[in-house]
Amino acid sequence: MLDTASIRRQFPIFSRKIGGRPLIYLDSAATSQKPLAVLDRMRKFYEEDNANVHRGMHELAERSTAAYEGARTAVHEFLNTRYPEEIIFTGNCTEAVNLVARSWGRAHLREGDAVVLSALEHHSNVVPWLQLKEELGVEVKWIDCDDHGRLRIDMLDAFLREGNVKLVSVTAQSNVLGVRPPLGDIIATAHAHRALALVDAAQSVSHHPTDVQALDCDFLAFSGHKLYGPSGIGVLYGKREHLESMPPFLGGGMMIREVYRDRFTPADIPQKFEAGTPPIAEAAGLAAAIRWLGQFSWENVENYERALLRSAWEALSSVNGLTVLGPGSSSPRLCSGLSDGMDSDVSGCLSFVVTGVHPHDLTEILGCRGICLRAGHHCAQPLHRQLGVTASTRLSVGIYNTVEEIKLAGQAIADAAGALRP
Amino acid sequence: MNIYAENILDHYWHPRNKTHPLPAENIKDGGRVTHEEINESCGDSLAIRLTISAGRIASIQWDGSGCAISQAAISMLSEELAGKSIADAESIKKDDVYSLLGVPIGPRRVKCALLGLHALKNAIKKFKGEPPTGWNDTAGSSV
Repeated sequence: MLDTASIRRQFPIFSRKIGGRPLIYLDSAATSQKPLAVLDRMRKFYEEDNANVHRGMHELAERSTAAYEGARTAVHEFLNTRYPEEIIFTGNCTEAVNLVARSWGRAHLREGDAVVLSALEHHSNVVPWLQLKEELGVEVKWIDCDDHGRLRIDMLDAFLREGNVKLVSVTAQSNVLGVRPPLGDIIATAHAHRALALVDAAQSVSHHPTDVQALDCDFLAFSGHKLYGPSGIGVLYGKREHLESMPPFLGGGMMIREVYRDRFTPADIPQKFEAGTPPIAEAAGLAAAIRWLGQFSWENVENYERALLRSAWEALSSVNGLTVLGPGSSSPRLCSGLSDGMDSDVSGCLSFVVTGVHPHDLTEILGCRGICLRAGHHCAQPLHRQLGVTASTRLSVGIYNTVEEIKLAGQAIADAAGALRP
Repeated sequence: MNIYAENILDHYWHPRNKTHPLPAENIKDGGRVTHEEINESCGDSLAIRLTISAGRIASIQWDGSGCAISQAAISMLSEELAGKSIADAESIKKDDVYSLLGVPIGPRRVKCALLGLHALKNAIKKFKGEPPTGWNDTAGSSV
């Protein structure tokens, strides 16, 4: 069992009041709050170790390099990659996906080749591929989902049989519906047709263990700030043979071996993809976040968050005129799903719409009561279009949330919805 | 102060000059012009249709879905516009819209409050055959 009271004490922000009320933060899918372990580590880095990495013979340079490369090792262990150099640090998850699109995509894709996405994708795993469509004439194909957010895997099979699919790029967990696609099947099917597989793990990494060797994905991307770590750092995992075959992404310092007036040769991986001064303190902070989260067993995290989502669904489903999107839209399935372990396939968040109440108005009123939820299209316009709604409100959880907070939020949502309807 | 004041909710629940659906055409048509703008942060869209006669706004219709603030703002603005000259309509500033609303508009609601004004400005631009203006012109560079 998780000791939530003790966990909450480790997050300074939870001692803050908003309008005289305690903060109720239900927006961790946008970014998580940060524990002291992370804040302290980054402060300590700047106070005691700060220097640039891989440059200079002095002690500080050695310490900062050790912090930075130590973070790479921490991520390598966290994801169970085969080699540490398969971990590339980027600015965020979006940049990691863009790195694959710009480097691997430009080198390996030609007009008429296809990239397959799912209807659940965040814009960060949509727009880089649409850019390649504009630039190279690459086809972008979409696996639809049903109203429950379940992917039409039969469509993936049909696309792959057409023979021109080079990459299947899917989310591990929808940032709107919380749905978790069957990654193992998708990746194996892609490989059977000689397509590569990229996993956008931004939403899943803080809620479930990630094992890239078990998944056998070719690339996987996530960002530090959704994992209780700092913003400003993202991670790209790539199988070594792919990374080695890819041209550099950005050019500059650190990513080169030799530079002449008319040519350059790139460094080996991972430096080949890390041009310029990297996010050093952020890497140290990310490693601290991974260590911090590692003190809890995944089983405890999963069980606790499942209970939070169950109480969220119960609180929301009692609000007049409220419809939970995706799996929650059919109460019997979610109920049974929840009671017997809410599947496997929903995690982290629930999104909903309230008849006659715009998400902006709802979250504005909640915000005045110190309750933070996200409103809008959550950077997933194609999914909202498919579900037939313009915008929704999202309730998302982290291990610091409590059932009491969710009940208070549910009551506040009911009150606000009542006030906004004639 | 509660931004969901009585007059805001009144316009939200009983929008003035809202016409659903607007006539389909979206091109300059004699003395009429229709123009749609989108608040890309939430996906809300708002279309405005002006009937212009002798340099004055003879009638204004609008349609769209959105939050209480955006709907109330365009509803109030539409009442304000009737009979105004094009030049007067062009001179309406964001602060005029905030005054109409009469509630404090924080940074996160700027685009909600000004979506209608932005649509109006670009409807007039379209009528005059000028290129559309960006959000920075309507709302300042803070959005």
